[in-house]
Amino acid sequence: MAAAKTPYEVLGVARDASQEEIRKAYRRLAKEFHPDLNPGKPAAEARFKEIAAAYDLLSDPEKRARYDRGEIDESGAERPRTYYREHAEGAQGWKYGPEGEIDLGGLDDLFAAFGFGGRMRGARGREGFALRGADRQYALTIDFVEAATGGKRRLSLSPEESLEVTIPAGIEDGQILRLRGKGGPGIGGGPPGDALIAVHVRPHPLFRRIGDDIHMELPVSLAEAVLGARVTVPTVTGPVTMTIPKGSDTGTQLRLRGKGIQRGQGGDQYVTLKVVIGASDDPELARFLEAWAPRHPVDPRRGMPSR
Amino acid sequence: MMTFEELLGRYAGLDRRELHSWIAEGWVRPERSGETWHFTEVDVARVALILEIRREFAIDEAGLPLVLSLIDQIYALRRQMRRLCEALSRQPPEVQEAIRQALQTTEP
Repeated sequence: MAAAKTPYEVLGVARDASQEEIRKAYRRLAKEFHPDLNPGKPAAEARFKEIAAAYDLLSDPEKRARYDRGEIDESGAERPRTYYREHAEGAQGWKYGPEGEIDLGGLDDLFAAFGFGGRMRGARGREGFALRGADRQYALTIDFVEAATGGKRRLSLSPEESLEVTIPAGIEDGQILRLRGKGGPGIGGGPPGDALIAVHVRPHPLFRRIGDDIHMELPVSLAEAVLGARVTVPTVTGPVTMTIPKGSDTGTQLRLRGKGIQRGQGGDQYVTLKVVIGASDDPELARFLEAWAPRHPVDPRRGMPSR
Repeated sequence: MMTFEELLGRYAGLDRRELHSWIAEGWVRPERSGETWHFTEVDVARVALILEIRREFAIDEAGLPLVLSLIDQIYALRRQMRRLCEALSRQPPEVQEAIRQALQTTEP
């Protein structure tokens, strides 16, 4: 999908710009690109039309609100909208089921959910007729760190009933845990069904998982990168001290052995350094750089393609 | 399927940080693949719904979990109800008739 320029981009204003800011931006650009003021530049007319269309949309608060909601596109044309309910009642809707959602499975599950527990067995049960209980499905959301280290969680099924779930280290988003015998009761002496727990792993703001390794980016100062330093780094098992070697750079990757996913031999954590200068107003640094003649001058853009 | 950037392009009123936080809270659950997220149809429709709830109905971030939890529970119930109806509709006419009679004799 090639994204067309948004009207905000056309007028060069922020998405939360006020009506006043939008009007000012339009007037400034309109003056600059008006075809009659640019008789020698055919391109100005196209640009002017684009600017006028963007202003037409953004200057009308109702159209602007509809555009922001994705109901109309840049040209003001209606966009087809599908409502959430069209998906929520279908198979995809399971993804957003509440924690502890009961699956009907068998009819006994429905009876159990509304307090008609024993009815199937008593009224209809035949001698020698046994049926395995229904599986029950639940959803559970856990944090990234919990998924990396493993742990125990208690899932409450009702005020009286709860289930202890052991989360194995390294569980992945979307994986389903099966707890044998924790589902619906069996009928006529049959074995109980299983509990199926769909696990959703919340993404982490710092850590990213690749296989059993964890990757993160660590901001460091210019002095730390050039001179080396000892810094504290977060890991899934808690903060650790790491040595940044002298002469590091943005992109330097360091490994913390055994600090990845906590299973088997254990994955590693990879820390990619990102040098942050963060001293825009530092005359001493500026003066130093002016006087500095590098021993090995480098062009960081060497070999970069021109387009 | 839409990527994170495509979704931001589609809904101009959607703020980058805001969408990140919805994902972090688990309110929207796209698939992570490499450097980006992939939003399926149900995820996109859910983003549109949350955006509408926040902007048009002026529900703030603190009230959103309650609203979403109620919505999710209703759809869970509707999915079960639909399943039950499908099962009932596949029963022989006399079974359906017996259920009809039984429903008329119980309190609504």
